[in-house]
Amino acid sequence: MAVSLPGAAPAPPAARGGVDGLLIVALVACAGVIVRALAFTPVDAMQGPAQKILYLHAPAAIVGLYFASGLVAISSLMYLWLKDPRLDRIAESSAEIAVVFLSIVLATGPLWGKTAWGTWWVWDARLTSTLFFWFLFVAYLVLRGAIEEPQARARLSAVMGGLATLLVPFIHLTVYLFRTMHPTPVVLKPSAPSMSGQMLSTFGMSTMAFILLFAALLRLRVRWATLRDANLERQSV
Amino acid sequence: MTIASRPAVRVPGFLADSWRIARKDLLIEFRTRSAFLAAAVFAVLSVAIFRFTWDATAVPAIDLAPPVLWVIFTFSGLLGLNRSFGVELADRAMDAMLASPMSREAVFAGKALANLVFVALVQALTIPAIALFFDLPAGAWWWSVVGVAVLAMIGLTAVGTLFAAVASNTRLAEMLLPMLALPFFVPVVIPAAQATALLLAGRPVSDVASWIKMLVAFDLVFVAACTVAFPYTLDE
Repeated sequence: MAVSLPGAAPAPPAARGGVDGLLIVALVACAGVIVRALAFTPVDAMQGPAQKILYLHAPAAIVGLYFASGLVAISSLMYLWLKDPRLDRIAESSAEIAVVFLSIVLATGPLWGKTAWGTWWVWDARLTSTLFFWFLFVAYLVLRGAIEEPQARARLSAVMGGLATLLVPFIHLTVYLFRTMHPTPVVLKPSAPSMSGQMLSTFGMSTMAFILLFAALLRLRVRWATLRDANLERQSV
Repeated sequence: MTIASRPAVRVPGFLADSWRIARKDLLIEFRTRSAFLAAAVFAVLSVAIFRFTWDATAVPAIDLAPPVLWVIFTFSGLLGLNRSFGVELADRAMDAMLASPMSREAVFAGKALANLVFVALVQALTIPAIALFFDLPAGAWWWSVVGVAVLAMIGLTAVGTLFAAVASNTRLAEMLLPMLALPFFVPVVIPAAQATALLLAGRPVSDVASWIKMLVAFDLVFVAACTVAFPYTLDE
């Protein structure tokens, strides 16, 4: 279903106190995938049960780093061009969801790292970049919270979103160069284990479930923002 | 006036306008010396504090000096940047500046130039202070480290000036600036610190070429991007 837009659209279910169908489907899919990962997918011979964190960690990273961050970048840049408040609401909603998913990534990563690498954290290029992207999104949300006037908030946060888009390759290159110039005795990133077909299909399903969850959360959050802005407009008239 | 209807940017006029803004800011700073004194004292005090938290038997001075230099550089830079748009809030001076026929890009370039001079002066005190207190060996590293510092300063002041403008429009003002700007300083501070460490260790400039390229690329991209983005940070 398309993201609801302001104007002629009837009151969305959230406004009527109804239940959001897409969110329920997404949550059921996530729960199903977790059950499949825990009970019906073989345990990794080398890494043991800890490997199952992958089914939560990697899809959250894919959604947080590519889908949510990409959407913030695109809608920020488009906002600077078109000045459409809907784009600002998409950026706002997507950034919040990005923080949630990146927090999952940063919380589950060390849990796996402790068993696989023997340490909670290493300054590996991927870990470092993810941490800085998380900081960027948190700063973005704090910036939004610190500006009262909706238009100024949209403009300034779009400036930050646009510049952050340019920053991504620099952060990635710098931390990559930093790591490769300082090799450590620990094998930071084990080569991808050849997954069994069952593991691969669980991983694929998990990724799909997380994308669905992202879509459902985004739709709900954008609707909420639309209602909030409409309400503010009504109050100010 | 909307962004689209502003007069086209003329190069000689642009440079003259930027210089006018930079001169104004530096003149205010020279007459009050408040921010410069604060930043300079902060920088030298930090060097002294680092000296007392450091176990000379565990970490050699030559290994500790680069991180100390770049930590101080980052934070003393932030001290100066906060003031950049703070001075324009009094008596709504910013409105007067925007009503003038200067292009907004020239205002940004002027502000950034003044900040660059400010940061350079603080750095001109910090590098000798570190060399003195950490008893660094005299050598050819001196000029190459200054070169790295200049490259880092350009990127840092461009991004810092833009976020100072953003932060001055918010409720939190100076509290927000470090949070916004520090993630953007990462691709400046890591290459600068790495290059400084290698140069201090007596390695030739060719060994730090990849870090220097990174700094140059950051400067080019972010000076251009921040100049373009600056008009969007102002109230229409």
